[in-house]
Amino acid sequence: MSQLLPPSPDRPGENYFGAVAAVAWKDLTAELRSRELLSAMLIFAMLVILVFNFALELDKKSRETVTAGVLWVTFAFAGTLGLNRSMSVEKDRGCLDGLLLAPVDRSAIYFGKVISNLAFMLIVEVIVLPIYSVLYSVNLFNPGLLSVILLGSLGYVAVGTLLATMAVQTRTRDVLLPILLFPVVIPVLVSAVQASKGFLAGLEMSEIMPWLNLLIVYDVIFIAAAFMTFDYVVEE
Amino acid sequence: MILVKKLIKRFGLKTVLRGLDFRVEPGEFVALLGPNGAGKTTFLRILASLSRPSLGQVTIAGFALPAQVAAVRRRLGVVSHQPLLYDDLTAEENLRFYGRMYNLPNLDERIIEVLEMVGLMARRHDLLRTFSRGMQQRLAIGRAVLHNPQVMLFDEPYTGLDQDASEMLDSVLRNVAAQGRTVVMTSHDLARAEGLASRFDILSRGVIAASASQVSLGQGNLLDFYKGVLSA
Amino acid sequence: MSSQPRALIVLNLVSALLLAASYYASLVYAPLEAIMGAVQRVFYFHVATAWVGMIGFVVAAVAGIVYLWKKDLKWDEISLAAVEISLVFFFIAIVLGSIWARPIWGAWWTWEPRLTTAAILEMIYLAYLLLRQGIEDPEKRARFGAVYTLLGGISVPVTFVSIRVFRTIHPIVVAGANAEAQGGFSMAPAMLQTMLFAIFAFSVIFVTLFWHRMRLSALANRVEQLKLKVMQ
Repeated sequence: MSQLLPPSPDRPGENYFGAVAAVAWKDLTAELRSRELLSAMLIFAMLVILVFNFALELDKKSRETVTAGVLWVTFAFAGTLGLNRSMSVEKDRGCLDGLLLAPVDRSAIYFGKVISNLAFMLIVEVIVLPIYSVLYSVNLFNPGLLSVILLGSLGYVAVGTLLATMAVQTRTRDVLLPILLFPVVIPVLVSAVQASKGFLAGLEMSEIMPWLNLLIVYDVIFIAAAFMTFDYVVEE
Repeated sequence: MILVKKLIKRFGLKTVLRGLDFRVEPGEFVALLGPNGAGKTTFLRILASLSRPSLGQVTIAGFALPAQVAAVRRRLGVVSHQPLLYDDLTAEENLRFYGRMYNLPNLDERIIEVLEMVGLMARRHDLLRTFSRGMQQRLAIGRAVLHNPQVMLFDEPYTGLDQDASEMLDSVLRNVAAQGRTVVMTSHDLARAEGLASRFDILSRGVIAASASQVSLGQGNLLDFYKGVLSA
Repeated sequence: MSSQPRALIVLNLVSALLLAASYYASLVYAPLEAIMGAVQRVFYFHVATAWVGMIGFVVAAVAGIVYLWKKDLKWDEISLAAVEISLVFFFIAIVLGSIWARPIWGAWWTWEPRLTTAAILEMIYLAYLLLRQGIEDPEKRARFGAVYTLLGGISVPVTFVSIRVFRTIHPIVVAGANAEAQGGFSMAPAMLQTMLFAIFAFSVIFVTLFWHRMRLSALANRVEQLKLKVMQ
């Protein structure tokens, strides 16, 4: 049996990126094994598209105008499902306490969770896009559209991770996340839908740029805000 | 090793800890006893750096809370009645994750060492969700000693364990304490505490109401002592 | 503690007089608008209530930030009071806006940027109240509330900009020629005076209501304290 070793020297900040990577690695390893969260998100996403199909009668003409909207509503709904689940896992078995006991800055935990949540969302999107393309014979393989999806998902997940961390710590946690999240991410949804629509319709870049700029500004502001406030939603 | 002076913890208008004083020497094993709602878990959460004191002074291993919180966390291992582990990771992966969070050197060897210590070497590639409650709790202890902490905190570690699992946990706890660590444990189970601890502190109405060492108390007198203090 | 301070009683009276005076000013003193007719008179209260809503919005966000900084629950009470008042006044502003819009724009509701942003802000406030309801610990409730008002405070201007851009790219299709206008009519001096007076009157009313709300929090705290005392 080992003797009691002296503690590792105090080097605050040194392990920051290691901890970010560890949190993301942990989430991805667990999820790629159980696939609970991803399959729930995917099935839900397909159901939303199915519902839209009948609710909007997605014939050839209306498809051109509503595709961007349908896609983003689908991503947003599936996204809340994933965010809620991803944070519930931390809360249910006390794991959030386990993370907080580690000698790392709290924002490292936040960024780790953002990376894994973003990965989950992008995986779902990457699967939904070709299926949607095939079902409605629209070509969605457009580099511009993909960049919008990346920027939009990033903003959505940046705010969503922070709010999901709050939501799972309340009594009403199962219903609270979408209510907290949607009014705050409206700028992301508005600009992501408009930019996607622009790329799908083959508009001039000058017409799409305002939306891309808005997305970038939103992402930067909200990542910074979450970085500064995450401490307050986990510390007691 | 642990020094607490005039600790006050309020939740809004409700005061849970009222000027609590507490002191633990290096190598001591202190059992923190008391009725439900006396503030045991609150107190332990403050020691664990998970909750901030409203007022008062808390020093662990020479570092003050909450000012030097990172240094304290590096020297602290915590086991609660929840395992703080992930269902969809294997035993080894769970330890590897926490090892990376603590930035430990020679992690592979350390993981094997710890798994052997808690007797889970054979099951190291199995998912946590396949483990019994007792095995989960042993792995939780493995997680808590992974970074070789000087101070260990146990919050009701026996919750939900059957007789066999409790005995197994006893031996692991003894092992942990025997390595010269300072231990504070809360428990409802007086008999279990009596067999393990070197000192008994009784927390009542937000302060340490009484304290007695194993030696001064003698075998088999803890229950009378406990009842005497609480009825006073 | 039990009876209202004299200054508050005076303020109650002043608020009532100012409210009556602004009724008189907007219904009688201000001249009839040539194109829109009598319905335009709703404009003065519409602007004034929206103004109070804006004050509340700013106060709530600032008090939230100060709470996170100072950790004094007083600031949380200020933030909550401001949100509640702002919620009600924005609601009145939206309803008055609809009444005004119906004959002018030909629809009860238009997705005009200011109107839409106000509606989204109402949703944020409702979410805020729901969030608070789900948390027992007053400090956690205050922290979460402050973080959420902060996020709301940042997102609302961005929302406004995004809807603005949305509207300029997609021209508004509403019956009636005066689509771009809100206060887009030329204002006679008496109209301007009435508007400024209404804004002043409602600012005073805001202060009065705010004071009452803060007294209510103080009294509620007192009740809570007495309850705890009885329980012990």
